[in-house]
Amino acid sequence: MKIGRRSFLSFVIGGVAGTAITPLPWKLMDDSSIWSQNWPWTPVPPDGEYSQVNSVCTLCPGGCGITVRKVDDRVVKIEGMKGHPINDGGLCLMGLSGLQLLYGPTRVKTPLKRVGKRGEGKWEKISWDEAISEVTKKLADIRSNGESHAVGSIVDSESGTVPNLFKRFLTAYGSPNFMTVPSIQDSYGMTLQLMQGVSAQAGFDAENADFILSFGSGIIDGWGSPVRMFKANSAWKANGKKVVQIEPRLSNTAAKSDKWIPIKPGTEAALALGLANVIITNSLDSKKISQSTGFDSFKKLVQNEYSTDKVSKITGITSATIVSLAKNFARASKPLAICGKGQGSIPGSLNEFMAVHALNALVGNINKDGGVWAVTETDYIKWPKPEMDSIAENGMQKERIDGAGSEYPHTKSLLNRLAEVINSGDGSLEALFVSGANPLYSMPDSKAIKNAFDNVPFIISFSSYMDETASNADLILPNHVYLERYEDVPTLAGLSKPIVGLARPVVKPQFNTKHVGDVVMLIAKALGGGMADAFPWESYEACLKETLGVKWDVLVEKGFEFNGDKCMLEGDFNFYPEAMKSLSDFSPVSVEGSAISYPLILIPYDSIRLANGYIGDPPFAIKAVEDTVLKGKTACVEINPKTGKELGLTEGRYAFLHTPRGKAKVKVHLYEGIMPGIVALPRGLGHTAYDKYLAGKGCNFNELIGPAEDPVSGLDAAWGIRARLTKV
Amino acid sequence: MSTQDDKAKEVSADGVAGPIILFFILGLAASLVFGWVIFPKLLYSQKKQPIDFNHVLHDEAVEEGCESCHFFREDGSFSGIPKLAQCVECHEEAQGEDPNEVKFVEEYVANGREVPWLVYARQPDCVFFSHAAHVKKAEMDCGTCHGHIGESEHSRVYEENRITGYSRDIWGKNISGLKKHTWERMKMDDCAECHTTKEIKTDVETLPWPINWLPRPYEKQTGNQARVKTVKEACFVCHK
Repeated sequence: MKIGRRSFLSFVIGGVAGTAITPLPWKLMDDSSIWSQNWPWTPVPPDGEYSQVNSVCTLCPGGCGITVRKVDDRVVKIEGMKGHPINDGGLCLMGLSGLQLLYGPTRVKTPLKRVGKRGEGKWEKISWDEAISEVTKKLADIRSNGESHAVGSIVDSESGTVPNLFKRFLTAYGSPNFMTVPSIQDSYGMTLQLMQGVSAQAGFDAENADFILSFGSGIIDGWGSPVRMFKANSAWKANGKKVVQIEPRLSNTAAKSDKWIPIKPGTEAALALGLANVIITNSLDSKKISQSTGFDSFKKLVQNEYSTDKVSKITGITSATIVSLAKNFARASKPLAICGKGQGSIPGSLNEFMAVHALNALVGNINKDGGVWAVTETDYIKWPKPEMDSIAENGMQKERIDGAGSEYPHTKSLLNRLAEVINSGDGSLEALFVSGANPLYSMPDSKAIKNAFDNVPFIISFSSYMDETASNADLILPNHVYLERYEDVPTLAGLSKPIVGLARPVVKPQFNTKHVGDVVMLIAKALGGGMADAFPWESYEACLKETLGVKWDVLVEKGFEFNGDKCMLEGDFNFYPEAMKSLSDFSPVSVEGSAISYPLILIPYDSIRLANGYIGDPPFAIKAVEDTVLKGKTACVEINPKTGKELGLTEGRYAFLHTPRGKAKVKVHLYEGIMPGIVALPRGLGHTAYDKYLAGKGCNFNELIGPAEDPVSGLDAAWGIRARLTKV
Repeated sequence: MSTQDDKAKEVSADGVAGPIILFFILGLAASLVFGWVIFPKLLYSQKKQPIDFNHVLHDEAVEEGCESCHFFREDGSFSGIPKLAQCVECHEEAQGEDPNEVKFVEEYVANGREVPWLVYARQPDCVFFSHAAHVKKAEMDCGTCHGHIGESEHSRVYEENRITGYSRDIWGKNISGLKKHTWERMKMDDCAECHTTKEIKTDVETLPWPINWLPRPYEKQTGNQARVKTVKEACFVCHK
């Protein structure tokens, strides 16, 4: 038998025919379709038992309640807590992305000690015992040299147990240099102090107002408690309430308002006083208020100095608009004026705050529904004063390095002055704690801050993330992230009813981190003596339970509790406080730089998609930034097409942005929504630290601007800086 | 040479059909053997469960039968294969001499490690299945889909499809895809078997999807066309 080509073909045909009547082709087809619908390399989260834990988001001062969904021991989603008085089920982009801060690549996983040069990124992993003894040794040396006052701390806020543990630590140690990250709360607090004589915060009954006059406040860009403001804004829209937005740029808030009035930046106070003039001249003011202290002087000031024509010239807004705006505002039944630009992270000029607050007083909405309430937090921290030895007594007698309380008697903390004081040699620090803050990124004039930090021999960061400040520290003692720890979260953020929430561990700590409260206590205990006695608690958790007392059970069950009062006016309203008279007479804060070499004015803008404080944008959030804000790795500046034409810059061109403080490469975005002559740059970009998703994208606005001290508060009042754009 | 030539001539005399048919049959036979016998052996890898589990023994020892370990959680989700924590309730220490149990306690309980059980009935990730709807609402018996697993004294070998990574139980033990009992296959057609024929109770107001298309997510049309007809969005009842 000859085996030839035909036989072979026949064999093959037989094979094919046979295969067709086996399951092979059909099974393979089915399997390959299953395979292609479930790529084996696509991660599939393991299934398990679902559970939910209520906690508080601490990524911004907004204090939203969160409900965290878990599958077994893994967090899978963060949602807004239903029924929470602040956000009632809502949550912002940052809050939703919080998971990436827990599991993401930017975390510091164990205590680290610097081995290379500062900022070089060379670290040695050390144990907690080593870390604590390292700090203790250093602090003991400084103290025994009588330099206790040269130890400072920078923390995120002044209320709550963690900041107070730092404060107590410094007090027992002997240093007055407890510094906090500034915000508009400092300015509002001082405004209420000066004009109403109360030590309180401004609480806005935004939900009940019917005419909202916003002096550049980013109502839907992250101002106040962001989700609460989104909701208020939606309710205003639904119920036909009016929102007027005054700012040089068509922000998201301006775009969604009923009327956007572009204004020359920095002249908001003049407009407020101009509006006051129209209201008083037309007798639209609340009659009761005209009996108040300083009203006559105020009336004289606005009538003489802030006539409509003059204000029109200062602000660039037509006289007719000013008059009709003032009348509409005064005639509304529940008008409300708010200020603090963008997200309110720059304290701003006290002139502006007082002028806007005077406007609220003129229309009689202080301590009224739909108006501004003076609110105070209940201070549930009732720790006995720590016993102070002679070193501590001496240290506490010294003046603060930032001049708060002495040079600027009304202010508690002036972090913005720290760099200048150290750089000019007027003061020095031997050691610095940084917790919940990233000053190397978030404070104006990053270069000066960096210089100042270079002059501090020992910097300890408590950051959970490898942020700019942590990267430049000598020692990182990583804190648990907010989803791993207990903490009380008192929230003011413009709420008319202050709240305290309880952040609680949703999952067990993922890495070798420790609660910052525990670490502070451990250091104090290691220092011994009076320091150890000042912290009688076994652990932070024990301290928190004891401090909260009966509140603890409520907080564990509900997650939040109302924590404050509206305080009634003590005495009357003072339209023209002494402090203003002698110092500034409502004169505006000038802008740095000469108009000849820097013909443009650079202003920052905030977006809800860009975090610009301690927390950097998580990967999800940075992906949500539009390409008119960040294109590739370059930040875009907004300029008016007219300005573009004058400078010969077209859409998408690269350009150099120069200011007296720095220079950056940017991309040009021509935008009708910005006044000619103004350049706008987003805040929150230009990180050099964190992870590859965030670092190296865009430029940091703070590298281009310097602080401007408000003459009354000493707080940073810089709203912009002169700038120049040149072609690449 | 001549002999061969002669043979060739003989063959050609019979016509060329002979060897061609022979080789056709050979090819046919080889492919049938490959397709029916060798292919399934190649397609599935055989894996042993980490611990040999005796359902009968456990069923005798526990109070609430199957539900003692395979229960519905408070939120209505099904616990499936128990977690280590449940086993530890009884097996904190080895009970008896069985080497399997000793291994279980030493390797898993002592180290707090979850047992990596191989799940025979694990559906692909794109499938959503609610035990509650079937067991609680439709009052189906576990055995309808899972067979007599509760009567097993040993864990049988887990066969894993090398292409998809899923258990052989989904396609069914029989490579032809035929089955005698309801629990022998877990493909979509097997779901459809009930969903297209059975009268399903319409008391489903508590469920999160509209009633009009729940009972029959898809149904076979009567008449000449035997194709599956789906109602809008019905796919997403079961498919993610």
